[in-house]
Amino acid sequence: MIPSEFDYVAPDSLEGVLRALADGGEDAKPLAGGHSLLPLMKLRLAVPTLLVDLRRVSGLRGVQRENGSWRIGALTRHADLQNRPELGIVGEATALIADQQVRNRGTIGGSLVHGDPAADLPTVFAATEGSVHVRSHGGGIREIAAADLFQDYLTTAVAPGEILTEVSIPALDGWGHAYEKFTRRAEDWAMVGVCALVQRAADGTCADVRVAMTNMGSTPVRATAVEQALRGQPLSGESIAAAAEHAAEGTDPPGDLNATPDYKRHLARVITRRALQRAAAT
Amino acid sequence: MGAGAAEAAEQREPGGNGYVGRALKRKEDPRLITGRGTYVDDMELPGTLYAAIIRSPEAHARITSIDTTAAKERPGVEAVFTGEDMGDLAAPCPMVFAPPGVEMRVPDHWPLARGKVGYVGQPVAVVLGPDKYAVVDAAEDVIVDYEPLPVVVDPEKALEEGAPIIHEEFGTNKVFEWSLAGGDVDAAMAEADVVLERRVVNHRTAGAAIEPRSFMAQWREGRLTLWSSTQIPHVCRVILSIQLGIPESTIRVVAPDVGGGFGSKLQVYCEEVLACWCARRTHRPVKWTATRTDDMLTTHHGRDQIDYVRIGAKRDGTMTGIHVKIVQDCGSYHLIEGPLIPTFSACVISGVYDFPAVKTDVVGVFTNKHTTDAIRGAGRPEATHFIEVCIDQLADELGMDRLELRRKNFIREFPNPRPHGFVYDSGDYDGTLDRCLEMLDLDAFRREQAELRERGIYRGLGFSTYVEICGLGPSRALGPNGWGMQGGYFESAQVRVHPTGAVTAYTGTSPHGQGIDTGFAQIVADRLGVDIDNVEVIHGDTETGPFGKDTYGSRSMAVGGEALARAVNKVQEKAKRIVAHKLEAAPEDIEVAEGAYRVKGSPDKAMTMAEIATEAYIPADLPDGMEPGLDETSFYDPENFVWPFGAHACITEVDVETGRVDIVRWVAVDDCGPAINPMLIDGQIHGGAAHAIGQALYEQVVYDEEGQLVTGTFVDYALPTAAEIPWIESDRTETPSPTNSLGVKGVGEAATIAASPAIVNSVIDALKPLGVTYINMPLTPMRVWQAIQEAQGRGAGPRATEQGRALDQQGRGSAGSGPAVPGDGGAS
Repeated sequence: MIPSEFDYVAPDSLEGVLRALADGGEDAKPLAGGHSLLPLMKLRLAVPTLLVDLRRVSGLRGVQRENGSWRIGALTRHADLQNRPELGIVGEATALIADQQVRNRGTIGGSLVHGDPAADLPTVFAATEGSVHVRSHGGGIREIAAADLFQDYLTTAVAPGEILTEVSIPALDGWGHAYEKFTRRAEDWAMVGVCALVQRAADGTCADVRVAMTNMGSTPVRATAVEQALRGQPLSGESIAAAAEHAAEGTDPPGDLNATPDYKRHLARVITRRALQRAAAT
Repeated sequence: MGAGAAEAAEQREPGGNGYVGRALKRKEDPRLITGRGTYVDDMELPGTLYAAIIRSPEAHARITSIDTTAAKERPGVEAVFTGEDMGDLAAPCPMVFAPPGVEMRVPDHWPLARGKVGYVGQPVAVVLGPDKYAVVDAAEDVIVDYEPLPVVVDPEKALEEGAPIIHEEFGTNKVFEWSLAGGDVDAAMAEADVVLERRVVNHRTAGAAIEPRSFMAQWREGRLTLWSSTQIPHVCRVILSIQLGIPESTIRVVAPDVGGGFGSKLQVYCEEVLACWCARRTHRPVKWTATRTDDMLTTHHGRDQIDYVRIGAKRDGTMTGIHVKIVQDCGSYHLIEGPLIPTFSACVISGVYDFPAVKTDVVGVFTNKHTTDAIRGAGRPEATHFIEVCIDQLADELGMDRLELRRKNFIREFPNPRPHGFVYDSGDYDGTLDRCLEMLDLDAFRREQAELRERGIYRGLGFSTYVEICGLGPSRALGPNGWGMQGGYFESAQVRVHPTGAVTAYTGTSPHGQGIDTGFAQIVADRLGVDIDNVEVIHGDTETGPFGKDTYGSRSMAVGGEALARAVNKVQEKAKRIVAHKLEAAPEDIEVAEGAYRVKGSPDKAMTMAEIATEAYIPADLPDGMEPGLDETSFYDPENFVWPFGAHACITEVDVETGRVDIVRWVAVDDCGPAINPMLIDGQIHGGAAHAIGQALYEQVVYDEEGQLVTGTFVDYALPTAAEIPWIESDRTETPSPTNSLGVKGVGEAATIAASPAIVNSVIDALKPLGVTYINMPLTPMRVWQAIQEAQGRGAGPRATEQGRALDQQGRGSAGSGPAVPGDGGAS
């Protein structure tokens, strides 16, 4: 529980942060809320030689509505987003992250760039098909779409030396939404989580639907077979249940202490049905 | 036991101020909840060396070499020691359970491993330096070469022919075999119409106190002081004396504020002795504080029994006998009393039922895991679990109502001698069950249950009616000639009235969160007729007060409280003689009332304790022959144990699609005799039930087949949080114990002993319509889901691991399976 020795700087500008990261080389790490990185360091699973703290950088916090999307500063804390109905699925899902102490510190940018497939926000981000802005020292702004961000377990398209500065999430006005999280304890990571977004057509059928799953693979997993099965169908209990049966198709979830791959696939089907039912009802 | 309950009640002294029986808030809380407590890790001494411990990454291996050169050369490293350096220790870590006539295998267990390691996490070397961070880095430079040996983690496999032998000197992994019986169990089974058989697995858990262990040792001028996060400073001093080879008079052990123990600090740990040895060797203060992972690896674990249960019964429900074979996983080395634990299961094997014949066979087993020892309840939760789960199973087998079967067999006469030699002191098992049912409203629940099932919602109700043994204990029964514990189990107290009338009470118990400061102050204030704010209770320091026997086994009130009451009575007696002398009355005519010592019938003739203390300490006019001072000591060794009991009921709702279990209601009615402070009792019941809920639904220490600990943090070891624990609806009945003059029984472990079978019975009740008939703890969503799948005849894929192997290989005791068959590897 004692990390290896490391250096620490807290520049007061984004430029300063990017310069420090560039100077620090491969083993320099940016520090935002610290609720993923610091535990890994204490367990000595991460051993950065330099921490570049973002806390003094201004302009990376807050939420703005622009062109049908929410633009959220990367350092915006979960607590600033949780339970805000106008933010739709983002307000719903952030309220379910870990516990309040973690939500008071953890940031949306940190959660996405950490790329943990057991975390909640990457799944929401994948379902909403948002995008992020990243900056690097001497470089401009690079935009990465959700589909390209998550590459593997704890691996994203954000390169060493780059800083994720902003998250853009389509507001999806008029869509129903639900994030269902199945945990052993309230504060735990999801054994399986499902984000469901449903757009209801005037005739009551499913105009469009997005389903993404937490902890069902090495990255957030889009349940495209479910989406295809439900799109254009009536939003009835039967058709939702039938579509949800496809949830585990093509998945290869890792087994762990709490769940074998088989059990996770079973949970994915059940939780997907429940998420879709709730999303369709809102 | 001679005295009946009524007589004991009369012995209760109401005293002067009526503090006893009141729900006073805890004196210790303002300090603790505002962060002003003092724990060992809060203490700093100049010149301290911090210890970082190199631990074995292997579960079973020979140590072929240890290279400390690089670590010693690092800046800031004062010393590096290995087991070879500690040749001057006078004795290995002792294990104090030596039952007469039983061969007990006790391997040499040294604070740092010598030549071999037997579990992951075993201390191998220590690095000392003045910077607590630098020593952790330096520890990575100690190079230890291991020659791995075959690993065995499953206690039943460890008993099989050809299993890897953990301690070659014994030629077997069997620690000991031991039986306790009374009545003719074979005849009981022969005359039974039904013999129920089950294999009940009681999995390994951790104590998980909020404060990890911490030790700071100082060696100055030939004297050792140890500040320890311990439950047992007095016992620790004796053991340090034995291991270090120095007299107790040169050792002081202090337990400052201790952040919980639950049995896990009823121990003298390798790191504790190591810190003392290092302090003596370096002449510098030495401190070591566990991380949470250190704690999960090397703070002793609890439970880990496999219980083969047989209960015989007549068709009408009369139970004829119970026979249990216990396989106890002891881990690879013993700590202070690990092999004792299943004995406590044997003590309560009769439960609240009038079995004419009982038998417990215990076999202890070495495995390549960490030591098991006492964790809250220590053997009794295991017994209550298999008894109460199997009573439900038997009721189903007989087609009888579960409560009717219980009541048909309840013990109703007290004191009640049991066939295996114990005497239940007092009880009213119908009383607690009646009150529990009154609070529960059984009929309303059954109606609701049926309605909900129509809608596909599965709720169940489970009961546990329990008795437990505590108040450790009568030394004649527990000691060398009885069970074979190498110690006495009395308690001491000293009550000192100061010259101005303030009072200090010293107790030999060592509370660490129970609220004993408050409960004891109530007894003192009550009997002495002083204000409770003028009473300080001092504990946990071997330099103050007489030698004591510390806190465990729900003994503080039943033994320590009685010792205190006796010391207080002596002070009161002397005070009355002083008052009688001054006011020219007879001592027997002096009464303590309304905060004064009054002459009966003449309330205006009275003295306060302050006035009496002045007379005692300025002895100008004391009765002839009376010594000055007002300071008395008592040692109390009980004649019997005390036997708390009660009835718990639990309503659960099971999400049958996912297997998730939620507790809807919890009703607990417990009886620990007359309450000294009802709020303290409620607190213990709530916490005790939470502890058992943790085991039943969430917590499990898991090792993989290579002996690696999988649950090294609270991410994986699923300790429940406030969000998981339901409100506990608690009430009491008060049946006095004749064992002590207060009539009290212990309560710190009672609800932990009671609660787990109520949950399991409740879940089985909920899932009965789906064909689930039995399920082992912990009732994780996956395990419950798998049980449903199996009961429905659907395969559920590979099973969860349990005891380090796949459940489906185990094939016994799982959902829908037939009766279990005891293995050949069991005890004789």
